[in-house]
Amino acid sequence: MSTVYIPMLSFTDAAKTALADTQLRRNLGKATQTIRTKRAEVVHEMEDWQGLREAGRAIKERTLRHLDHYLLELEQAVQQAGGHVHWARDAAEACQIVTRLVQQHETSEVVKVKSMTTEEIGLNEALAEAQITAFETDLAELIIQLANEKSSHILVPAIHKNRSEIREIFLDNLAPEHVEGLTDVPADLARAARSHLRQKFLSAKVAISGANFAVAETGTVCVVESEGNGRMCLTLPPVLISVMGIEKLIPTWQDFEVFMQLLPRSSTGERMNPYTTFWTGVAAGDGPQEFHLVLLDNGRINTLADEIGRQALNCIRCSACLNICPVYERTGGHAYNSVYPGPIGAILTPQLVGTEHAASLPFASSLCGACYEVCPVKINIPEVLVHLRAKVVRQHQKERRVHTYEYQEGVVMKALSYIFSNRRRYEAAQRLALIGQWPFVHDGKIDALPAKLSGWTTVRDLRPVPKQSFRDWWRKRQAQGGSTAEGVRS
Amino acid sequence: MSDVQQIGDARSTMLGHIRAALRDVPPTERPEDVPVARDYQQHSTAEREAIIEQFIEFTVDYKAIVHRVSEAELAHEIALICQARAMSLLIVPDDLPEAWLAGIKERAEIDTRADSRTNPLSNENLEASDGVLTGCALAIAQTGTIILDSGAYQGRRVITLIPDYHLCVVFTDQIVGIVPEAIRALHPTIVQERRPLTFISGPSATSDIELNRVEGVHGPRTLEVIVVERGAEVAA
Repeated sequence: MSTVYIPMLSFTDAAKTALADTQLRRNLGKATQTIRTKRAEVVHEMEDWQGLREAGRAIKERTLRHLDHYLLELEQAVQQAGGHVHWARDAAEACQIVTRLVQQHETSEVVKVKSMTTEEIGLNEALAEAQITAFETDLAELIIQLANEKSSHILVPAIHKNRSEIREIFLDNLAPEHVEGLTDVPADLARAARSHLRQKFLSAKVAISGANFAVAETGTVCVVESEGNGRMCLTLPPVLISVMGIEKLIPTWQDFEVFMQLLPRSSTGERMNPYTTFWTGVAAGDGPQEFHLVLLDNGRINTLADEIGRQALNCIRCSACLNICPVYERTGGHAYNSVYPGPIGAILTPQLVGTEHAASLPFASSLCGACYEVCPVKINIPEVLVHLRAKVVRQHQKERRVHTYEYQEGVVMKALSYIFSNRRRYEAAQRLALIGQWPFVHDGKIDALPAKLSGWTTVRDLRPVPKQSFRDWWRKRQAQGGSTAEGVRS
Repeated sequence: MSDVQQIGDARSTMLGHIRAALRDVPPTERPEDVPVARDYQQHSTAEREAIIEQFIEFTVDYKAIVHRVSEAELAHEIALICQARAMSLLIVPDDLPEAWLAGIKERAEIDTRADSRTNPLSNENLEASDGVLTGCALAIAQTGTIILDSGAYQGRRVITLIPDYHLCVVFTDQIVGIVPEAIRALHPTIVQERRPLTFISGPSATSDIELNRVEGVHGPRTLEVIVVERGAEVAA
């Protein structure tokens, strides 16, 4: 079976569709601004925030540099606590393992906690092929699943839907007893979801979850959530299967003192999320009596092999980089055509699936660096983006696909370097541009350059060259006897 | 190929690939050689009373209802709260101190039912109740968090999940200032007893619909907390 997240469209093409959707842009703008403000407020409360970030980064570095050691420690701890550990090299293998486990319990329905990892491996589709229905229980995931769509934001996947659309989706898909007299008031919509899912939680034999963290020292696995659907899935069904990327490990229980401070504040902008469940194997007489942990590679080890790209595996999926990103704020998650959107998706997806399958993603950024600043585990996203861009260009040069945009960029940069390195050439070019630009200036901006240069303006508008250059202004000023200091002040 | 072989293959292949991917890591390097500077606050510096007040402020901030009483007033307060909510059936863990329920026992209209790991109530019973009363393991002021570790006075996880209302008793000496203090205190529970833990910060909530916060989705839709000043005599 195929993995679901290989981008079929380039970011540039998909972004155009997204930008034309004004409803999506309004919702996204509101969402990202709101979460951004909340995050800033609760991060500001923490005087030791930078110390926590550095500790988070260092713990992840330690884990990744000794991943084999920690995975074996985790395996042993989970087994000692009564759990089972499975290893999966790729999406297909992970789906096979989970499907087989569900089939062993002779059930055709499972309940699921929102999990990006299971979305990454296309688990719901694989289960459907085996006639097993997976019920998403997170409110947003439920909306997305009922609407038969894909998520647009790591944290609030249905942010592109408004309340009346959600009401319509519920009316069309939920049993009449759950939607009687349903209005589009959010509390009312939440009540319909509660009523619809309650019976599923109580009757399901198997639950499937992801994992936010797992502790090598103790075998403790952790799910961080808000709605209580996680607690329901992790507590009620007798069998629990958790699928976890191998990078979600942390070495010791103590390390939670760092991540339980970093994650909620960065993610939802809360001091602490409403519910977090920690479990260690199985507990007699409390919760599931059978627990399976599936450890997933699916491209992570390839990512680990790249010394610069490796830091993408630090990610704790908070989505702070999405909410701060000026590109994401306008295009939304769908344009990335990737389970992991936004800045982190732009560096993670190409590494997981290979840059040849997601070549446009490393270019889906203005390199402004805001993502690095808000990242709670200090992933230097711009550094990895530039590194991956170079990789894509080298790959294309090797394949002699040299007529692409990144090659043109290379030619232009070389020409600019020749012009900018000499004063006469630079000033001559300025005069030439002032005369030559007139056919391209519309409404005070250049929105379409000709021929080879058109690649640049397909995704950008340029300001025209002004009538008077700074150099001309400066010379005139000096000739009029204006002092340097005044020049600076004015 | 049998399942056992296949799993063995995946495990050894993955471990082999990881070691190959980490060829830049010197073979002599041990995990603890990678420095982790814990340059952040480990202990709260706030005064006791300020910690308690912060816990109350932040718990209320997350839409829980909070009361503060002395230990002598606890049983009466519990009865008043249950009466105000017109409760008829309250779930309690079977090790809950009798003294907490003294006020309720005086009121014929409120029934209690005890739940334990060895003598569990059915999910239907829990669903039919009006709420649950428990203690807690710890609380964190800095985040307005209550921690349940399935220890004393807390019972199985499911009893604080299915009922629509949770009344939780927090003693002031159970409140720590900051997150690292709580994580440290929980270490023995996790390592030695492997008990499951639940962190609760306000009632369940969602912001999935146009980012409007809605309190109460799947867990108890109402969380009420009684902060209790420990008296000279410790409850039985």
